[in-house]
Amino acid sequence: MSFDAPMPLPAGALKLQGIGKAYRLYGKKWGRALEWMGIGHHHQLHWVLKNIDLELGPGEALGIVGENGAGKSTLLKLVTGVSRPTSGHIEVGGHISALLELGIGFNPAFTGRQNAAHTLRLSGVEDQAIPVLLEGIEAFAELGDYFEQPLRTYSSGMQCRLGFATATAVRPDILIVDEALAVGDVFFQQRCYDRIGAFRESGTTLLFVSHSAQAVFALCERAILLKDGEVAIDAKPRAVIDLYNAQVVARSSGQGVTVIETSPLTEQETDSGAPDDSMDGPGTTGSYTAGAARLIALTVLQDGQPAAAVIANAAMVVRVEVAFLEHVADPHVGLQVRDSRGEVLYRAHTHGLGVSLGDASAGDVIEVDFQLMPHLMPADYTLTVGLGAGGKPGGAIEHSLLRHQDVASFSLVRSPDDDHWDGVVNLQPQVVHRRLAESESGG
Amino acid sequence: MLPLGIAQTWAYRRFITGSVMQEFRARYSQSLLGGLWAVLHPLALIVIYSVIFSKLMTTRLPGYAQPYAYTIFLCSGLLLWTFFAELLTRCVGLFVQNGGLLKKVNFPRLTLPLIALFSALLNYLIIMALFFGLLLVAGATPGFEVLGALPVVAIVSGFAVGLGLLGATVNVYYRDVEQFTAVSTQFWFWLTPIIYPVAIVPEQYRYVLEWNPILPLVVAMQDVFLRGTLPHWGSLLYPALIAAASLGLGAWVYFRLGQDMTDEF
Repeated sequence: MSFDAPMPLPAGALKLQGIGKAYRLYGKKWGRALEWMGIGHHHQLHWVLKNIDLELGPGEALGIVGENGAGKSTLLKLVTGVSRPTSGHIEVGGHISALLELGIGFNPAFTGRQNAAHTLRLSGVEDQAIPVLLEGIEAFAELGDYFEQPLRTYSSGMQCRLGFATATAVRPDILIVDEALAVGDVFFQQRCYDRIGAFRESGTTLLFVSHSAQAVFALCERAILLKDGEVAIDAKPRAVIDLYNAQVVARSSGQGVTVIETSPLTEQETDSGAPDDSMDGPGTTGSYTAGAARLIALTVLQDGQPAAAVIANAAMVVRVEVAFLEHVADPHVGLQVRDSRGEVLYRAHTHGLGVSLGDASAGDVIEVDFQLMPHLMPADYTLTVGLGAGGKPGGAIEHSLLRHQDVASFSLVRSPDDDHWDGVVNLQPQVVHRRLAESESGG
Repeated sequence: MLPLGIAQTWAYRRFITGSVMQEFRARYSQSLLGGLWAVLHPLALIVIYSVIFSKLMTTRLPGYAQPYAYTIFLCSGLLLWTFFAELLTRCVGLFVQNGGLLKKVNFPRLTLPLIALFSALLNYLIIMALFFGLLLVAGATPGFEVLGALPVVAIVSGFAVGLGLLGATVNVYYRDVEQFTAVSTQFWFWLTPIIYPVAIVPEQYRYVLEWNPILPLVVAMQDVFLRGTLPHWGSLLYPALIAAASLGLGAWVYFRLGQDMTDEF
C-alpha cells in the first residue's frame, strides 16, 4: 500500500489549483513559424485567467457570474478539458457534461433519433446503453412523430428540447450549465430545472454560469464573481450578485462611480452621526458611490420610535438622511426591501412614486420618509438605499450616484390580532361566502 | 487529460463507425443521384482521358492486346490517386472545419482523421467494385494477384493520413496549408505516371520521377490489374518507408503543436 499515491477525487469533486490561462499573441505572422524552428521568441502572453483556486465537493452548486470577457467561458473550457491551462493543475472527479450550446454536432439531414444517438456516441456513451437512453430522450423531448423526422423540419425550440434531452440523458457527476438554458416554452424550462434539481439530489455537482440573479439564487448555494480573469469574490450568491450589480453600474454609468465596501449602520452609529466609520471593516458587497452625496442615516420607525422589530400590518417609516457634497440636479432617493436570501421584495424611488425633491446644492441635507405597510411574512428583512439623479419619463432614473447595500435591517413580527396566513405577501383578502344550496336535513 | 490519446480513440470506435455511416447516408439522403456522384466524378475523368489519350497511347502500351488496355491502365492508377488526393485534402482541413465542435466538446481528436480514412476507404471500395465490373466485361478478370493491391492501399492510406495529420495541425495556425495542398496535388498528379506510362518518359529525365513515392504504388496497381502480376515487393519498400516516416512526423507535429489548437478557434 502506497501512502504517496495521490487520492483520486471522489465523483463530483472538482479542484483547481493556481489555474491560469494565457493566449499567445504574435506580433508578426511569421513569429510562430520562426519559434517552431527554434529561432527567437516572438509572442506575448495575454492572460485571461489568473490564480484561480477553486475547490468543489460532490453535490455543491456553484454560480459563476461576471461580465463579458471576464473569463467565464475560458474557465469552463478548462474544466471540460477542451482547452489546456497555461499554469496550475485541474483535477476532475467523474464524468462531466456541459450544456454550453445545445445541439452542437447535430446534422440537419438526419432524424432526431439518429442525431441523439450520434451525440451520445460523441460524448462517449457505450453502445449497449444507447437504446435505453434513446427511449428516455424521446419521452423527455416530447417531439412526438418529429423524433423520426429530419432535424431540418424542426423549430428552433424543438431542436433545443432534443439538445437538452440528449445532453442530460445520462446523469453526470459534474454538470455545467450556461445560462443559454432559455429553452422552449416556460413549461419545458420548468422541466429542465426540475431535471437539474433531480440530478442535484442524486449528488451531481453543478457549475452554473449566468447573468441572472434569480437563477443563481434559485440553483446555487455558493457563487464566484470573475473580474478581469480573477476571482473577485467567492461567497454566498447574495453577496456575489450584489457586488456584480454594483460593478455593472460602476462601469456603465460613466459618472465616476466607484465600488465601496460598507457595513450595516448600527443604532449607535446613526445616533452619533458618524457614518464614515461604517466604510471600514467587513460588510456587505454591492455598494458604490460617485462621491456627490453621502448617506448620513437610515432609521426604521414605528409609532414615531426607532424600532429594530416591526409589527406586521401596522404602518412603519423608513427615514433616509442624505448629505450632498456637490450640486445635484433633480436628485431621487430609492429604497429596496430584501429577504434573507437577497431576493428583492420591493423596490421604488421618489421619482417613480411621483415625488420631486428639488435640486440640491453642496451642503444640503435632505431627509425622506417612506411610510410603508409591511404586508409581508414575519421574518428578517434588509433595507438598501440608493440615490440617483435625473428622473426620466416612464419612471426611470438617468444615473445612479450612490448605493448602500443592506444598510439596515429589521425583523417583522406577527401582531397578535393578525390573520394566520403563509407565503410572501399578505394579499389581505376579503372573504365573502354564500350558501348556494341547502340539504333538507340541514339546519 | 487532454483528448490526444490513442486509448481514448479506441473507446470511441463506435463513434467513428457511426460517423462513417452517417456520412455515407448523407451522400444519399439529399440529392437525386446521391452516392452516384462519388462515382460519376472519377468516371468522367476516366471517360475523358480514355477518349483523348487511348488513341495516342495504344502504340505506347505495346504488348497489350485487350481492347480496353488503356482504360484498365488508367483506372488502376487514377482511382488510387483519387483515393489518395481526396483523403489528403480532407485530412488537411479536418481540424479547422471541426473547430466549432472541438472547442465545445471534449472528445478524442484523433477520431477525426480515422473517420476521414474509413469514409475514403468505403468510397474506394465502391468504385473498385465498379472497376471489377468493367474488368469482367473486358474479359480481364484478375486472379489471386488482386490481393497484392491490399498492401498498396495500406501504404497509400498511411502516407495520406500521416501527411494529412501534419498538414491539418499546421493548417490550424497557417491556413495556407489548405491552399498549398490543392495546388501541389495538381502538379503531383501530372508528375505521376497515371495517364501516361513511365516508358514514355525519356531516360535522362526519369530520375525526376524517382523521388515520387506514389509512382511505385501506381505501377504496382497497374501490375496487378493490367499485367496480372503481383507487385514487385522491393519497389514498395521506398513508399512504405516514406509512409511510415510521414505517419511518425505527422504524429510528432500533432502532439507537439496540436495541444493548444482549441485556442485558435
